[in-house]
Amino acid sequence: MTESGTVNPPLDDTQPIRIGDTGQHPASPAPVIDIEGVHKIYRTGALEVAALRGVSLTIAAGEYVALMGPSGSGKSTLMHILGCLDVPTLGTYRLAGEDVSAMTEVDLADVRNRRIGFVFQQFNLLASLSALRNVELPLIYAGVDRATRRERALAALNRVGMGDRVEHRPGELSGGQQQRVAVARAVVSDPALILADEPTGNLDSVSAGEVLDLLAELHDSGRTVVLITHDADVADVASSIFRILDGQILDNASATVGGGAR
Amino acid sequence: MNLVETFRTGLEAVISHRLRSSLTVLGIMIGITAVILTVGLGEGAQQQVGSEISSLGANLLIVSPGSTTSSAGIRGGLGSASTLTVANANVLANKTVAPDIAGVAPVVSASESLTAGTANWTTTLVGSNASWMAVRGRAMAEGRFISGHDVQTHAAVVVLAPTTASELFGAGDPVGQTVDVAGTPMSVIGVLTAEGSSSTSDDDDQAIIPITTAATRIIGGTGRNDLSSIYIEATNSQTLSAAYQEADNALLSLHGITDATDADFTITSQQSLLATATSVDKTLTVLLAGIAGISLLVGGIGVMNIMLVSVTERIREIGLRKALGATPRLIRRQFLVEASVLGLVGGMLGALLGLVVAIVLPHFISDPVAISAAAIAGSIVIAIAIGVAFGVYPASRAARLAPIDALRSE
Repeated sequence: MTESGTVNPPLDDTQPIRIGDTGQHPASPAPVIDIEGVHKIYRTGALEVAALRGVSLTIAAGEYVALMGPSGSGKSTLMHILGCLDVPTLGTYRLAGEDVSAMTEVDLADVRNRRIGFVFQQFNLLASLSALRNVELPLIYAGVDRATRRERALAALNRVGMGDRVEHRPGELSGGQQQRVAVARAVVSDPALILADEPTGNLDSVSAGEVLDLLAELHDSGRTVVLITHDADVADVASSIFRILDGQILDNASATVGGGAR
Repeated sequence: MNLVETFRTGLEAVISHRLRSSLTVLGIMIGITAVILTVGLGEGAQQQVGSEISSLGANLLIVSPGSTTSSAGIRGGLGSASTLTVANANVLANKTVAPDIAGVAPVVSASESLTAGTANWTTTLVGSNASWMAVRGRAMAEGRFISGHDVQTHAAVVVLAPTTASELFGAGDPVGQTVDVAGTPMSVIGVLTAEGSSSTSDDDDQAIIPITTAATRIIGGTGRNDLSSIYIEATNSQTLSAAYQEADNALLSLHGITDATDADFTITSQQSLLATATSVDKTLTVLLAGIAGISLLVGGIGVMNIMLVSVTERIREIGLRKALGATPRLIRRQFLVEASVLGLVGGMLGALLGLVVAIVLPHFISDPVAISAAAIAGSIVIAIAIGVAFGVYPASRAARLAPIDALRSE
């Protein structure tokens, strides 16, 4: 995996690749995410809570999008649906042109494995495994052979600046370092979509800045990055911001609009 | 994800929870050890019984006076006399009457006091003929056994069993010495090899003299021709039942009995006695194995318990693995491998401990413990099977977890 080169092949095969592009972003990208009229209703006993009420959203390949909203706004639910961790109660979700609402659990596992890289607020590294083993996990599930796996995991760790701590366990790393390992894990299987859920929520400002820089780098290398946050300053780094409140998207503003919201 | 990776993942999880894993393994280990030891003790006892069969002579029939077939209890002969006589024994030894009988040893026995110099020892005095040694499957340590000539001449000779010899003569050589048997001096012509004690009598503590000598010099009187028992050796183990029939028929006609249920004698084979003993041992083995099986079951429930705790505790890990692309099948397999690794390690340690105890234990108790490779291999397989069987439920619970519910849980 090189720094600027291998982006995933176009996810929508019907979309022709234009020749003569600048190289980093396909000029006419297929929508990676296309959700329409998505509702999510949680039922606990007689109580019904609508976490999402008719969300429609299109995110093109190579975009850097922030989903911003206060806690309880439904942004985490949206992120879970985008990450194929949860299914919408109503509405459709096309990931790279494929309708995932109709997929089996096994197919969804495959989609998560190959197309999506997750970065969580809690890092979610396995405490008993070394940084290298943690980063190898998605490749293990993808069935990549041992040598290639190690090579790619090491490359990903080098890329996030953790190449000198590959045998450290999460407990031996600082929060910022753990999140960088988590970013390495998110990119190691070379997914088109990076979903970052409050990636800076548990970090000090210096580490947070480093992690955001890493995400920006990933975006520069052609990946679609979706950042979920409640922090407007964090959201500012994205090229466009969607604001969520009470389970609905308020506006589809460009990055320049988001600045003032606190 | 291939099997090697699944196994590695399972091992990593087992190792990362050392204390918990070792406690679970301990449960399985104790169960397996118990199984190996009970099976070993049972088999050891059966082997001991088996060797007793061969030491007593597998082809041996014993005719004793009186009947045990009658519901009224033991039927005595007319008066108080025994129903078996030397004449009966001579008929059984006749090849035309009983072709399947190889040897007949009529036996009279009495408890008598033996004196050699200042040493005095009370033992079982056995009067018999030259066939006794072959029929009873004994051998000489030194000297010779009673000959036919000794029997004919009522010779005053005695053969001592080893315990009797050492009680009377200590470390000295008894052969050629004189022993006073119930007031009659007799010369020692030989010493038997040690046999070990059976459940009923000590075969190493007795003195054998010619049956004629016993009749005329020791017992005398009207009962001189009455026998305590007749030992019969069949020509081989296949002809044992034929020999039984021949002896039965011959004795019935000699005693003028037409109805076999009225028989005034009883024929038993050593095999039938030992078969009873073996079946008692088997019952005990089954009982002990049942208890061991229960402890194994408890170990298995321990595995299930730990795996359930493990699933609950690692709910986030499961969610994460699913988010990273693990299918339900892979999650299930991971937990199954973990459970079977616990079973396997417990089984192997249990087998090892069982082996060690099986080697050490016979030094402290008299019973032998047989170590059988089949029991060890079988119990390891059982241990893995228990791990898998009790791991199925926790594993499928883990596999069913929705990734989001798993990730969200704290």
